Amino acid sequence: MLEILSLSLAYADKIVLKDVSLSIHPGEILALVGPNGAGKSTLIRGVSGVHPPRSGSVIVDGRDLTLMSEMQRARYLAVVPQARLLPAAYTVYEAVLLGRTPYLNWLGRAGAHDHAMVRLALERTSLLELADQRIGELSGGEQQRVLLARALAQDTPILLLDEPTTHLDLQHQSNFLNLVRRMALEKQLMVLMVLHDLNLAGLYADSVALLANGSVVAIGAPGEVITAKNLTSVYHVPVNVIPHPDYGTPLVLPDGRLDPIVSTDANSRRREPSHSPIR
Amino acid sequence: MVKRHPYLFSLLLLATAALLSVAIGTVFIPPMTLARLLLARLMGFSIPADLPQAYQAILFQIRLPRAALMMLTGAALASSGAAYQGLFRNPLADPYLIGVASGAGLGAVFALSLNWPENLLGMYTVPASAFLAAILTILVVYNLAKVGRAVPTTTLILAGVAFSSFATSLTSFLMFRSNTELRRAFAWLLGGGAIGGWEPVLAMLPYVLAGMAGLSLSGHALNVLQFGEEQAQQLGLPIERVKLLVVLAASLTTAAAVAFAGIIGFIGLVVPHVARLTWGADYRRIIPLSILGGGSALLLADLAGRVVLSPETLPVGIITALIGAPFFLWILRQAKAQAYW
Repeated sequence: MLEILSLSLAYADKIVLKDVSLSIHPGEILALVGPNGAGKSTLIRGVSGVHPPRSGSVIVDGRDLTLMSEMQRARYLAVVPQARLLPAAYTVYEAVLLGRTPYLNWLGRAGAHDHAMVRLALERTSLLELADQRIGELSGGEQQRVLLARALAQDTPILLLDEPTTHLDLQHQSNFLNLVRRMALEKQLMVLMVLHDLNLAGLYADSVALLANGSVVAIGAPGEVITAKNLTSVYHVPVNVIPHPDYGTPLVLPDGRLDPIVSTDANSRRREPSHSPIR
Repeated sequence: MVKRHPYLFSLLLLATAALLSVAIGTVFIPPMTLARLLLARLMGFSIPADLPQAYQAILFQIRLPRAALMMLTGAALASSGAAYQGLFRNPLADPYLIGVASGAGLGAVFALSLNWPENLLGMYTVPASAFLAAILTILVVYNLAKVGRAVPTTTLILAGVAFSSFATSLTSFLMFRSNTELRRAFAWLLGGGAIGGWEPVLAMLPYVLAGMAGLSLSGHALNVLQFGEEQAQQLGLPIERVKLLVVLAASLTTAAAVAFAGIIGFIGLVVPHVARLTWGADYRRIIPLSILGGGSALLLADLAGRVVLSPETLPVGIITALIGAPFFLWILRQAKAQAYW
């Protein structure tokens, strides 16, 4: 089990995370949601050791990740960042092989086991055919899969994802998140994922943590956290939350338009915005 | 052949460049004579009596040491250029970017303006002063760029560029004020290999070899760094240690080259790009191939400088930019479509 215990983090003198505590079981996906500047990405940076926390600990297998060297930590925890500004000239294979870095020496000479892990990761993310392509020649969805493959090749029990679907279209969002779910179940990974899209969070995560101003405002099952009351208090706009017609997971409908909608088609009618959330 | 056997090709090119460079000059040494002289020296035989003494002196006292100096300097500048490009993830990076070369230039002109060469250390004052200034430059720039315990790349470049301008204007000031002979300072700044013989070669050898060895070992770390410092750290790379090692090795290499051969531009920028365009992005290949390619490039540039206005010798720094710039543009055009950087 991954336990983040009262983690606090500051940039210079500005406190960005206050006493954040979370826990994730193997095979479970926890989605981190919240408004811009709530501290979601900062939490990823803190847990992954890029920005050392001011206090608190990150415990897995009874060991504190914040006390480890970069190399030790990278054997427990892999990060999938947003696919932006990747070095275009590397091939997919070369990029995924870098996931083996925590197991390689200074020279980076990879052995048979490393290459086998890379092939497996490429297979799982359906990238085998693209192995020799340069990253710059791939689409956004494919690049995001390369970063997931690199994290899988890193072979860690913990996976952190920082807004992996933000720049993807509908089809790639759904494919990518299904892939993450399948990996989480198959390899019993502990997954912490920052998501902007509340509907995707509700649909794909086992539990959701709502973050605002550096603190956890609500945490629990998607239906308990993604409520009109919670969201309105955090995002400061009226919202409507209804159950998903097929799954019953919460669907968030933005509800803040100020002028009435006038449409000119056959079914045209004036609608007054209703401020009566279902949940 | 060029694409599939990068090391074989680069070695053949280097050997060809070296042979041409020692055979051609104001006096042409015929290939057979050259072969017999080299063979005799290598095997430890006495020099065959039928060969003119002049050839022997030209080859062993002038051409070979000059070729060795050019080869080492080119290798040093190209490999440190490749490392700076990788470290700063900036295709414009070269030994001048963090101010090391300009600092060395300032040191050399300072020594020349004091007219030290007449004194204590003789002809070594210029390179020694350049070397010291280069090392001082790294220390100053590195500490200026420090934010807390980390040294962010952007502040390192900014501090380097600022310091570089400062050193360059101080150099100009010294040259403006100086009433000693400026021609020597100019010749040194343009990369003349002002000192002949084996001494400068032997003097720079340990630094350049140590620096290039350090750089050759850093290829994998540089590959990881290409994804950004944050991702590199998350992949398990101790980035502060890596950055310190690469900066030190590259700066040591650059400083030694600049101190003994003067300021030679463009090699450090162009050679790594040609290697990258031809053989791909992997720094484990780019660095050793830049060592070989840089050696060949500077040998050929120096040869051109000695031949074009023979018997006058043009400073090699003029040639590298004169030929290097159009050659680079041509290469860049060839690769326009590729996502190579």
